[in-house]
Amino acid sequence: MNRPRRYHAARWDEPIVMELSRPGERGYFPPPVEEELAAEVGDVLADIPRDLRRAVPPALPELAQPTVLRHYLRLSQMTLGAHLTPDASLGTCSMKYSPLVNEQLARMPQMSELHPLQDDATAQGIIEIVYRFERILCEISGLYAFTFQPGGGSQGIFANACIMRAYHAARGERDRRTEIITTAFSHPADAAAPAVAGFRVITLMPGPRGYPELDALKAAVSERTAGLMLANPEDTGIFNPDIAEFTRVVHAAGGLCAYDQANANGIVGITRAREAGFDLCQFNLHKTFSTPHGSVGPACGAAGCTAELARFLPAPVAAFDGRRYYWDDDRPDSIGKVRSFLGNIQVVLRAYAWALAHGPEGLKAAAETSVLNNNYLAKKLADVPGVEIAYKGHGRRVEQVRYSWRPLLEETGVGTEDVRRRMVDFGLQGYFTSHHPMLVPEPFTLEPTETYSKDDLDEYAAVFHEIAREAHADPDQVRAAPHRAPIHRIEEGAIDEPARWAMTWRALRRKQRDAVPAAD
Amino acid sequence: MSETEEFVHPYIPNSAPAARVAMLAELGIERADQLYDAIPDELKLNRPLAVLGPILSERALRQHVAALLERNQSCADHLSFLGGGCWQHDVPAVCDEINSRAEFLSAYGGDTYADLGKYQAIFEYQSMVGELVGMEMVSAPVYDWAAAATSALLMAARLTGRRRLLLPRTVSPQRLAHLRNVGQPTVEITLVAPDPESGLLDLDDLRAKLSDDVAAVYVENPSYLGFLEARAGEIADLAHLAGALSVVGVDASSLGVLAPPAGYGADIVCGETQPFGVRMQYGGGLCGFIASRDEPAYVEECPYLVVSVAPTRVPGEWGFGWSSMYRTSYDKREASPDYAGTTQWLWGITAAVYLSLLGPQGLRELGEGIMRRSRYAMRRLGRIPGVTAPAFRAPHFKEFVVNFDGTGKTVATINAALRERGIFGGHDLSAEFPAFGQSALYCVTEIHTKADIDRLATSLEEEVA
Repeated sequence: MNRPRRYHAARWDEPIVMELSRPGERGYFPPPVEEELAAEVGDVLADIPRDLRRAVPPALPELAQPTVLRHYLRLSQMTLGAHLTPDASLGTCSMKYSPLVNEQLARMPQMSELHPLQDDATAQGIIEIVYRFERILCEISGLYAFTFQPGGGSQGIFANACIMRAYHAARGERDRRTEIITTAFSHPADAAAPAVAGFRVITLMPGPRGYPELDALKAAVSERTAGLMLANPEDTGIFNPDIAEFTRVVHAAGGLCAYDQANANGIVGITRAREAGFDLCQFNLHKTFSTPHGSVGPACGAAGCTAELARFLPAPVAAFDGRRYYWDDDRPDSIGKVRSFLGNIQVVLRAYAWALAHGPEGLKAAAETSVLNNNYLAKKLADVPGVEIAYKGHGRRVEQVRYSWRPLLEETGVGTEDVRRRMVDFGLQGYFTSHHPMLVPEPFTLEPTETYSKDDLDEYAAVFHEIAREAHADPDQVRAAPHRAPIHRIEEGAIDEPARWAMTWRALRRKQRDAVPAAD
Repeated sequence: MSETEEFVHPYIPNSAPAARVAMLAELGIERADQLYDAIPDELKLNRPLAVLGPILSERALRQHVAALLERNQSCADHLSFLGGGCWQHDVPAVCDEINSRAEFLSAYGGDTYADLGKYQAIFEYQSMVGELVGMEMVSAPVYDWAAAATSALLMAARLTGRRRLLLPRTVSPQRLAHLRNVGQPTVEITLVAPDPESGLLDLDDLRAKLSDDVAAVYVENPSYLGFLEARAGEIADLAHLAGALSVVGVDASSLGVLAPPAGYGADIVCGETQPFGVRMQYGGGLCGFIASRDEPAYVEECPYLVVSVAPTRVPGEWGFGWSSMYRTSYDKREASPDYAGTTQWLWGITAAVYLSLLGPQGLRELGEGIMRRSRYAMRRLGRIPGVTAPAFRAPHFKEFVVNFDGTGKTVATINAALRERGIFGGHDLSAEFPAFGQSALYCVTEIHTKADIDRLATSLEEEVA
C-alpha cells in the first residue's frame, strides 16, 4: 500500500480484570482428589503451622471461563504484534517473521512437556537439536562453542562479562584487569552487565563518522583493560570499518573482545566475529534468528567464545560422545549459572528450524534483503520534510538507521514522541527512539527486516510524509495523538511519581482512596 | 547479487526478482553485494556458510524437526515425579490459547498506545501476584526464581549498605550458583545449617551468624526440599532485630493455602510463577518476580521493568507505562547495580489468565489437593522397607525428600529401573547434598491420581525388594 491506511484500532474499553469479578463464579476446577485418598490423609491444612496458614483468601477475581477468555482475547486484540503489522518500527529489535511451523513444533509435547532434570537418555532429540544449532552458530560466527543458558540479550552479555572475569582470574590478573571499554551507541547492557560483574566501564563517544575513532580507543586502553564489549553496527546502523584494528589494539594490551551481536541481521553470512578478531559474541535468537518476541520474552542470548575460553562457559553445555548426546556438567572452570537449568531451549528449537529453512543461500538472502530494505526505506524517508539521518554521508547503513526529527521540531514544534503516538493511528507500531544516552536529538530508529515487502516500506514512507504534512498544517493534531488507538494520550508524569504510580490493583485502590479528600 | 539472484524464499517477500530489481534501481546499484561497501573486503566471508539447508518445503522441515523431537520421552507419556524448581501442573486450555495468540506472541517493546493489551495483562499479573504475596509493588516478569532471588538479595544489600547474606544450606543449588556468580563482586554468602531432624533452619546457628554486617536473611516457603519453613516469622523478627531485611522466596502455587509472606515479616518477596498455566518446556517455562512494599526506596532498587497504570486525558480510562525507568540499566548504563532485559513476559500473561480462571477458591483447592496427594505419597512410600519418606519431619508442600539408604541401592539405579517402567523418579540429590545419602526429591502435584502414586509405590517396592 502506498498511502496511509484508514485504520482504527480495536477499542474495547476493557476494565481491569479485578473489576469484572462476580463472587461465586468459577473458571476452572483443579482435578479433585479421590474420596478414598482424601479420607486417608485427613485435614492437611491443619498441618500447616499457624503463622503460615492463609487466613484470608487472596483477592483474586472470580470469573467464569467465557469471561476470562473474552477478557484476554480483547486485550490481545489491543496489542499490535509483528504478525499484524509491518513492524519496521522497533529498530534494534529485528522484528521479523516468526514462522508458524516452528510454533507448532515447539508446542509438541516432546518439547513442551520436557522436564529439565530428565535423564539425558530421555532427551536425546532435543539435546541433538541444541548441539546441531550450536554448530550452526559456530559457523556463522567463526567461534568455537556456545551456551544457550542466557534468557535474553542482556543475560548473554552478562555471561560474556563473567567469562572475561574468569579468564583474567585464571591468569592471576583479575585484580589488575579492572576496566571494560564500550561505546555510547552500543546497548546499555554492554555498559551495565560488565559493571555488575565488577568492572569499571569506560564509554567511548562517537566521532564525526558516527563511531568512535581509533585514537579514542587507544587513549582508553591500558594495562588495566580487561576487555572490549561493543556492537558493530551499533544502533546507528553504521559499520565501523576499523573494527579489526580495534580488536588488535585491545588484544595487544592483553584484553579480550566481546561482540554484541544481539542484532546481527544485516551481516549473517557476510562477515563474522572471528575475522574481526573477537573472542566472544552473543546472538539474540529472538532477533536475528526469528523466534517470537513473546511480548518481551521468552528469549535467548546465545553466547559464544573461542576454544581457549570454552572451559569458562556456563554449565552444562550440550555434548556428543559419538554415540549419545548429553549435558556436560563436569566443568570445573565454568563461571557457574547465569540462569536456572538450561535456558529457554524451546527458543533454540525454533531458531534451529528457522536456520534450516534458510540454509546458506537463505541466510545470506535474509541479510542482504534486510540491508536492501533498510537503504531503500532510508532513501524514501530522506524526502520527508523534517527528517534527517544522523551522521549522514559516511557510507551505506547496514540493517537499521537512526534518524532525527530535529528539523521538524524546529519548524513545527512537533517532536519525535508526538510522531510516535501519531503513527499508531495509521496501524503502525510506534517506533523505537533511542537507547540512552540520547546523543541524537529527536531520535527514531527504524529497522525494516527482510520480512517486509516493498509495498510495506512504501506504506511507511507514505505515513511519515502524511505526519510531516500534518505537523506543518495542523501540529496540534499530531501533538494530541493518538486518535484512533485503544486509548488516548496518557499523563506521562504519573508513572514516575511515587504518589501516583501504581504497579498493582491494591496500590491503585489505596492511592485512589488517599486522593479523595476526607468528607468532614 | 551473485548466487542468491534467483533464490526466492517464502519468508522473504523481496526475494522476488521484480521487487529486488526495482529497489536496487532506486538505490542506483545493480547488485545487492554493493550494499556492503562499508565493510572492508578482508572482513568479508566471501563463501557460502557451511550449514545445512535450505529446506524450503514446510512439510519437509516439519518432518525433519519432528523426527528429532520424537526421540524425546516426555512427561506427557511418562509418569513423572520431577520437580526441584520446574513443575508439571495441569494447564487450562484458555492459557494455551492466549499465549498462542499472534498478537501477544509477536509483540515486543511497543508502548501503551500500540500494545495496550500487553501492558494491561502484565499489570494484572503484577496485581494478582501482589494479592498472593501481600505486596503493593510487584515487578514485571523476571527470568526465573533464581534471578529474582539474586536481584532481591542484592537489593537488600544496597538498601542496608551491608554485604553479608544468610541463606539456608538446603537452598536450591541452581539458585545458589546463580547468586554466587552474580553477587561475586558485591556480597558475601554465608550458609546457615539446617536442623537435621526437620530440615528447618537451625535458629541457634542463625543467631550466631546474625551480625551487624548482615544485609538479609533468605528463606523459602516451601523450601527447595519441600518442607515448610515453619518459623519464617521468627526468622524475619531475628533479621529485623539485627538490622537486616527478611527476603522470602515462594513457589507461588502454594499461596492459596499458605500465608502471604508480607504477613510474616518479609520485606522483599521473590519467587516463581511457572506453575500458573505455563508448560515446563525443558525449563523454558520459568517466570520469576520480585515484590516489595510500594516505598520509593524499595522501588528505586528494583532493577527490572515494572508496569504502572497511568491516567489518560479521558476520565476513568487507563493507560500504562514502564514506571521509573531511571531505576534500570536502560537509563543508568554502567551506574546500574543490576541489569534488566528481555525476560519471560508471555508467561506472565499466561499466569494472569490462570489466576483469573482459578480465583481464590480454585487456588485454595489447588493447594489443598497438592498437599493431600503429597501427604498420601509420603505415607505410601514411607511404608516401603528401607525407604524413608519424608526424610525430614516437617509439614511439606508438593515436594519431599525420599531416602533410600536402607535399601542398599542408589537413586541412580532405582531411577533407571523406574524409567524402564515408564516412570521418571524424583530428582537425585546425592550429588547436590551428599550428606543426605541416597536421597531423591519427589514432586507430587494435582495432576497425580491415587493410582499414579500407587503405581510408583508398587514399582519401588518391587525394585528395592
